[in-house]
Amino acid sequence: MGSLNVNLCGIELSNPIIPASGTFGFGYEFAELYDINKLGTFSFKGTTRDPRFGNPTPRIAECYSGMINAVGLQNPGVDKVISEELPKLKACFNKPVMANVSGFSIEDYAYTCEKLDKEEQVGWLEVNVSCPNVHGGGMSFGTQPEAAAEVTKAVKAVTTKPVIIKLSPNVTDIVSIAKACEEAGADGISLINTLLGMRINLRTRQPVIANKMGGFSGPAIFPVAVRMVYQVANAVNIPVIGMGGVSTAEDVIEMMLAGATAVEVGAANLVNPYACRDIIRDLPEVMEKYGINNLKDIIGGVK
Amino acid sequence: MKQSIFEIRSNEALTDSVYKMVLVGDTSDITNCGQFVNIQLDGMFLRRPISVCDYDEETLTLVYKVVGKGTEAMSLMSSGTKLDILTGLGNGYDLDCAGEKPVLLGGGVGVPPMYNLAKKLREQGKEVKVILGFNTANEIFYENEFKALGCDVTVTTVDGSYGVKGFVTTVLENMDYTYFYTCGPEPMLKAVHKASVTSGQMSFEERMGCGFGACMGCSCKTLTGYKRICKEGPVMKKEEILWEA
Repeated sequence: MGSLNVNLCGIELSNPIIPASGTFGFGYEFAELYDINKLGTFSFKGTTRDPRFGNPTPRIAECYSGMINAVGLQNPGVDKVISEELPKLKACFNKPVMANVSGFSIEDYAYTCEKLDKEEQVGWLEVNVSCPNVHGGGMSFGTQPEAAAEVTKAVKAVTTKPVIIKLSPNVTDIVSIAKACEEAGADGISLINTLLGMRINLRTRQPVIANKMGGFSGPAIFPVAVRMVYQVANAVNIPVIGMGGVSTAEDVIEMMLAGATAVEVGAANLVNPYACRDIIRDLPEVMEKYGINNLKDIIGGVK
Repeated sequence: MKQSIFEIRSNEALTDSVYKMVLVGDTSDITNCGQFVNIQLDGMFLRRPISVCDYDEETLTLVYKVVGKGTEAMSLMSSGTKLDILTGLGNGYDLDCAGEKPVLLGGGVGVPPMYNLAKKLREQGKEVKVILGFNTANEIFYENEFKALGCDVTVTTVDGSYGVKGFVTTVLENMDYTYFYTCGPEPMLKAVHKASVTSGQMSFEERMGCGFGACMGCSCKTLTGYKRICKEGPVMKKEEILWEA
């Protein structure tokens, strides 16, 4: 059997599969279904300085091959994540976890990251500068190279662990933003976050989602994600995590050929709670089919 | 929660838009009445959450209303079709609070989850009163099924075309009962909350992403904190409900 190992910013992963933030909670709900230590790691629910309820409901709309969500970063706040969620996770997960952080000011990001950086269980900080759901929030940081770089610098100044900046696809030139983050000291880039979308109910003529707009994810966005991962991976010299509509082992290989060192899986977890387990199970067979011995050898291998 | 494959044994119309589907499969994770299942359908990204009407060791009965593309597709399925279903979702009703004379109020497509609840309460020897609310006579279903369980059944219709003219609360106001259980559209739940003189439990509905607590798509505020309708709900106690304006 071929090797699934990859190295993400200095930490070895037994495989490149990482459930994406917001689709896997704090892990323990999925631990009731399968041994989550089988995962490379996972990115936990986006955490902010203060507790948040998020947006009004309905927060979900269905689309062809995907969905729109406008949850609005519901989370218990960084203090409760540290005091309640991480201890619960420790009981079922013995690998370094990826801490996903959102904020509404540079200070917010630095404050939350500094606290999580001190937690032994945390292996990486994934900084979401791209969440499209919150008015005046993450969106503005991720849409300008200068603002994204400023967040990166502020977080790097108060942390010791690898900092991965998670980028929004809702921009004119994602490469310039990725490069700005790299220059500001980012250890990795993850992309893509959701695409801004909207659905309208024909009967009521109102938006399906209470927040009107939300983040579009699922298999429908996979080609956009592959394209952007390819563009960014060719422009930076730090590892790239690819995500956006990944649902199968074949998708993982395609994302890695485009330049991803590791691959996050999001919406697929919500329709098949065993999606990541199944992808990891299927990878060796698909690797064999395409003549791949070491998965890490194919990173950026598109000709 | 369990993911497994069920096979449709029968699927028949009860009214113009309400169907009854009986499936055969592994029901071992359904532990309580008032829970729901989440069904994967070909060509649709999200699963469809449907409340459990009845279940036993090997069969699952769903009574559902056609409201969109998913339920329409379900209504056209024939026996023998296989479906990927997540079972054992949600908390379900707490039967221990019922007292000797509980009343069950079901409104429209909120009627189905009352059926297994009524069955269980009857098995405990409770004197079960049931009020079923519909808009009009040709929308009525399951009146005889509840009667067959030995329940005292009253049907209300908004237009007075059958039974008592009015709403479920019209009947509730003159009734003697020890506790209430209800499921139906939100305006009805609000009215029952206001009209009831005892404590009780009500089942809520919300658009869901996953149905098992991962996505936070169906969160609501309660007097005892934030809850996910799919995980800490769908059943809430009267005392914890916070109605938003």
